[in-house]
Amino acid sequence: MARIEGVAGTTDSRTALTVRRVIAYVVLILLVIISLLPFYLLIINATRGKVQTGLQFYPGKALGGNFKTLLSENYKQTYGDFFRSFANSLIIAAFTTVLSVYFSALTAYAIHVYDFKLKKIAHTFILIVMMVPTQASAIGLYRMLKNMNLLDSYIPLIVPAVAAPAVYFFMIQYMASSLPLEIVEAARIDGCGEFRTFNTIVTPILKPAFAVQGIFTFVSSWNNLFMPQMIIDTAEKKTIPLILQIMRANIQSNPMAANAGVMNLFMVLAILPVVVIYLILSKNIISGIALGSVKG
Amino acid sequence: MKRKSISYAKWGYIFLIPFFLVYAVFSLAPLIQTFYYSFIDYSVNTGAVASVRNPVPAADNVVNNGFCGFKNYSSVIGNGGIFTESLINTMILWLIGFIPQIIFSLLLAVWFTDIRLRLKAQGFFKTVIYLPNVIMASALSLLFYSLFTQGGAMYELIYNITGNEQSWLNTAGGSRVVVGFINFMMWYGNTTILLMAAIMGIDTSLYEAAQIDGANPSQTFWQITIPLIKPILAYVLVTSMIGGLQMYDVPYIIGGKAGGANGKLMTVVSQIQQGKNSAVGNVAALSVLVFIVSAILGFITLKVMDDKSVKTRYNKKKKKKA
Amino acid sequence: MTKLKRILAGSLALCMAGSMLTACGGDDSSKSDSKAADNASKAGGNTATPVDDADIPAADSLVNTGKKYNIYVWNTEFKERFETYYWPNRDEALWDGVEVNWVTNSNEGNVYQTKLDEAISGQNDAKDDDKIDMFLVEADYALKYVDSDICLDVRKEVGISESDTANQYKYTQDVMTDSNGILKGLSWQATPGLFLYNADYAKDVLGTDDPEEVQAMLSDWDKFNDVAAKMQEKGIAMVSGFDDTYRCFSNTVSSPWVTDGKITIDPQISAWVDQTKDYTDKGYNNKTSLWDDAWKAGQKIDGKTFGYFFSTWGIPFTLLPNTLDKSVDDGGKEEEGNGGYGKWRACAGPQAYFWGGTWICGAYGSDNIAITRDIMLKLTCDTDIMKKITEEQQDYTNNKEAIKQLIDGGYSNAFLGGQDHLSLLTEAADNIDLSNKLSAYDQGCNEQFQAAMKDYFLGNVTYDEALENFKKNITNVYSTLTMD
Repeated sequence: MARIEGVAGTTDSRTALTVRRVIAYVVLILLVIISLLPFYLLIINATRGKVQTGLQFYPGKALGGNFKTLLSENYKQTYGDFFRSFANSLIIAAFTTVLSVYFSALTAYAIHVYDFKLKKIAHTFILIVMMVPTQASAIGLYRMLKNMNLLDSYIPLIVPAVAAPAVYFFMIQYMASSLPLEIVEAARIDGCGEFRTFNTIVTPILKPAFAVQGIFTFVSSWNNLFMPQMIIDTAEKKTIPLILQIMRANIQSNPMAANAGVMNLFMVLAILPVVVIYLILSKNIISGIALGSVKG
Repeated sequence: MKRKSISYAKWGYIFLIPFFLVYAVFSLAPLIQTFYYSFIDYSVNTGAVASVRNPVPAADNVVNNGFCGFKNYSSVIGNGGIFTESLINTMILWLIGFIPQIIFSLLLAVWFTDIRLRLKAQGFFKTVIYLPNVIMASALSLLFYSLFTQGGAMYELIYNITGNEQSWLNTAGGSRVVVGFINFMMWYGNTTILLMAAIMGIDTSLYEAAQIDGANPSQTFWQITIPLIKPILAYVLVTSMIGGLQMYDVPYIIGGKAGGANGKLMTVVSQIQQGKNSAVGNVAALSVLVFIVSAILGFITLKVMDDKSVKTRYNKKKKKKA
Repeated sequence: MTKLKRILAGSLALCMAGSMLTACGGDDSSKSDSKAADNASKAGGNTATPVDDADIPAADSLVNTGKKYNIYVWNTEFKERFETYYWPNRDEALWDGVEVNWVTNSNEGNVYQTKLDEAISGQNDAKDDDKIDMFLVEADYALKYVDSDICLDVRKEVGISESDTANQYKYTQDVMTDSNGILKGLSWQATPGLFLYNADYAKDVLGTDDPEEVQAMLSDWDKFNDVAAKMQEKGIAMVSGFDDTYRCFSNTVSSPWVTDGKITIDPQISAWVDQTKDYTDKGYNNKTSLWDDAWKAGQKIDGKTFGYFFSTWGIPFTLLPNTLDKSVDDGGKEEEGNGGYGKWRACAGPQAYFWGGTWICGAYGSDNIAITRDIMLKLTCDTDIMKKITEEQQDYTNNKEAIKQLIDGGYSNAFLGGQDHLSLLTEAADNIDLSNKLSAYDQGCNEQFQAAMKDYFLGNVTYDEALENFKKNITNVYSTLTMD
């Protein structure tokens, strides 16, 4: 940080600086309010009752009741075991994250370290397909999975993470700035195999990049509704967003069973792990992005 | 260097195998299938179900008239076609979110990196502005819907100030602003962090020189910071545009199935989602068009990034080595 | 004319049912010909052809070999009824070693139908225990399944006789009767609708809150409009918003949304558009949309809205919680003095209609048809069970005898100030006539049309522009249909 001392220049006077500082704080505080408002409202809604009309800015009295309902045997019967859905989401998100960061790093390593004929083409190809939206091929994917007998399985939710162009892109940027080839060469002189070099010497250097892309991948997998909805049928295999979707469907079509308070409580509980992980890792993430980003 | 490339090249190929194998199976193959369907006159009658008692050769709710050239494309592109209209809608929604996003992100990035400003609690601010990104887009949109709908808190506020009893969600302009705002909120933290990183990478001697020349903060910003972070600005612009092109959840929840006031919240992906069960050929054509637009944008990013940054960095490294 | 159409449609359907498609006279080389036949969707709401008891298979002749009973649903409503009212009364011998498997997919984004259709197209190839045994449908798209051959014939294949279903309302069977007069599904509930009005406002403006006198003032649309004008003078909206009267009109169309693959706007639907535009311009409504917060807010006793069209389930599950000042979760009680409790009354309103409802269908290929029969008998035909459901769940069950017993037992509804609204519902249910009113595409057409017209009511677009928007969306959702 010290190295950018004096970025602002010298001409602004002390008062001008104070004015700028005040403006900065006012804007930041406003943005903080806006950013935290949704969390606040969700938490408030989780303390409110079965039928909720309009927004309310003070807590209700139904939190305990909502917890009881959520954990009741009846709810377990109706929506499935919540702990189970957390476990399912966790399994999918964890595997997706590990596969995604590891194999993206491996792919980036291949392009970064080795010289081979198709290197440039491979790199260009990955960057172009990075931009293709998943929805563009969803129809084809469904039919294919059906033919391959891969529906209602976690494989199509986890394995595709091996090929994550955006994560690859981040990894190669990161390597360009923080993985000198000398390290690889030194390992070779020590007689270390190529694969072992990557696993034991290179991956520790990439840790910050793993943290950044890890949390991004985890969050998007945790929140993903589109793919699991297409693929998962069995109640025991359902993930958190799928159960939330059924609760929301009840609010719209089944007023007898609908319970907005419980749904919001479930939503808060579903967001909680992600927020906690994010808060723990946020330092790594912010510095990680800085490390991996393009420098002029 | 030469020796290395000869003896180790095969490892480059070996390490690429997992990525390309998985990509080919789970992404490329379905994509090719989508290209294929875009040239087939294919639709499904979703008001009927396949027969189970007299299975005829082809499912009897499918209309497949075979190869049809560019018919699907012309029907979605032509005058009043769903692609043209929804692409314009999508781009407007994206712009409304992106303009404040880039302005605020630049402002915050400059503030955070300005050591003379000495902002306190930076870690807190940086963390909080990123948080909305972890909430499910649909949950966030539902909250905003209840804020702005007739009788909602924001509705009442707007009504008390302007006296306009029409809910913003019922007007094309108002609903676009709401969708744009949600997108702004979800992504400005992310952009701030990226831009901050770019600014921190600028050679400090440039600022020192500017200081000596007596430049004021705004001159420094426009003449040093902006030109030097251009590559990352371009990256932010294009990736955001591509993200915008895939916009679906937020406008769908704010605008409903018919795309809100006068259909102005109907995005390209909304059209894909709505038609995917029935208008298979048309939707495939839409998907291919999204692919083409995305690929062009991707190509532009690549050009900008390659020319301005990646190359410079490699050159620098080479220089260092030399 | 309508009759001719129906006969035509019927003969087409018969043709389709035959395994030889060429018998239809279609040229086999052109695939789309047979599709055209399929597109000529049949009109729904037919009357079932009586089936002789001799043709009803005996219970013990039905298959029951599967170990897993698969039920396709979109929410948890049926599951709750099933667990509370069917499971304790089930035929245990039939269920020996059999487990239930609920396949729940939300209605949102049509996921439920998409998944169900996928499963149906794979029904013949699926392993026995993976086959669909039972699935649920709603009125707005029931015909899609009724007119296909996936549903089991309730009489000849499931083994439920005319006398078993004698207490059911006729319209609930009409919805599920195909163009050949075959009954394809049954429901445990009937969902006739009423007009619920605010008694305080009725007294203030009309001088009486007596249901019979009020009904006399609302018995047709002209009278209804007159009252609306009176309400407006006092600053009270007659109805809440755009969608409130929709079901009254869409239930009384002269032809369905889609005939022969073509979408047409029925005069009754146009009448709804005209009425709602007129109401909006004159301030007879509060410009709300169904389910919105402002729509719910009008249900408070001082909500400045005279009345709401509600069907059976809407009264206890929507109107009641919305009208309370202090909600039950906040410690409020369901009693007089808490908001609008006891201050609403019901009358038949200008038009008999129904809104909502869920039907159960058995699936062809099922290996547990004996269980399907048992479920249908207990949950849709058994008077004692049905009576219990109405008492405990306030669900209006599809059983005239059960309802009659409740009325005879001196039924009164405290929420409606002690009024017996079951008698009104019974009358309304008897008056529902569905002949030639349903198509397989009603769900999409209703949703898209109401959404498109909202722009017209609000003055964002002209009627023609709104119609154009509707056309654009509906032909994307149902791409095999055309519209002029």
